[in-house]
Amino acid sequence: MSRPRRIATAAALAGFPLAYLFLAPSLKADPSAGETAKAGNEKGVSAFGEIASVLTSPRCLNCHVVGESPLQGDDSHAHTMNVKRGTDGRGTPAMRCTNCHQSTNPAFAHTPPGAPDWRLPAARTPMAWLGLSPGELCRTIKDPSTNGGRSLSSLLEHVRSDRIVNWGWDPGVGRTTPPLSHQQFVDKFNQWIDSGAPCPP
Amino acid sequence: MDRTELVVNGERRTAEVDPDTPLLWVLRDTFGLTGTKYGCGIAQCGACTVELEGDAIRSCVTPLARAAGKRVTTVEGLSKRNNHALQQAWLAEQVPQCGYCQSGQLMSAAVLLAKIPKPTDADIDDAMSGNICRCGTYQRIRRAIHRAAEIAGKKK
Repeated sequence: MSRPRRIATAAALAGFPLAYLFLAPSLKADPSAGETAKAGNEKGVSAFGEIASVLTSPRCLNCHVVGESPLQGDDSHAHTMNVKRGTDGRGTPAMRCTNCHQSTNPAFAHTPPGAPDWRLPAARTPMAWLGLSPGELCRTIKDPSTNGGRSLSSLLEHVRSDRIVNWGWDPGVGRTTPPLSHQQFVDKFNQWIDSGAPCPP
Repeated sequence: MDRTELVVNGERRTAEVDPDTPLLWVLRDTFGLTGTKYGCGIAQCGACTVELEGDAIRSCVTPLARAAGKRVTTVEGLSKRNNHALQQAWLAEQVPQCGYCQSGQLMSAAVLLAKIPKPTDADIDDAMSGNICRCGTYQRIRRAIHRAAEIAGKKK
């Protein structure tokens, strides 16, 4: 009998605990692997904390709203004119977002800002963030049933390339930008995904 | 100079102005269609509303370039004899007071009725809340839109 087979037979005869030790070494806790995983998780959670600081800035939050009406301004006051989301997120029949919002920012203050396809999230997946804890926010943006059917890679593409997201860093006269630069935001998003996209509790 | 072609009230027109020029000024100054009014100039009042391919856009902040090759309808294009259902209803309900906001109100209402032929009060409020009337004729506007829906329904 070969040596591994003798060990296996002996383990089987000795009962499960011994068999577990010999036959399933990969299931044993590896202290160093555990520490690595813990460190990765902490790095990912930390990255998400910085991501959340952007997601909860007025540039993102004003359209990722609870209810039917967007907000506006750095103080996130109710959008004037009783503007509503509509089913597709692009407004109601005679009050479409693009009735006023153009594809670029106007050159002067107190005018509607602009980016291509100006919109809110659709009514089916409103992506409402106001009042969520960091953990709830994280789980909301990760879950395809609440994030518009996006995978992690398509989420990354959304934050990297969607022009309405990029607008947050070029918001026109009279509006502040999020606390991270767009490149820092994308880098943190990458770090978070590379760490397994962990969520705070 | 750039040439921009568009169809205004069914007629093909060409504007030789900067494509960044607000559509409002092209309509008023280049084409002489002065029914559309300048109110605030920052898309806050609705006086400059015209229809662009089915949407009630604010022409004061819309660059001409956005309308290139597209169909625009102004208040002058609602009807040839001022007998559009909305115009009849507007007169019947005595909506216009000072009248300044009325061309924008009519164009927003026209877009609403094209999309919702029998609107509810809530539909009307949602559609018309971007058009401000300093004379406060909102109740008349709502009644007139209901009346226009009835008139248009009878014509069918």
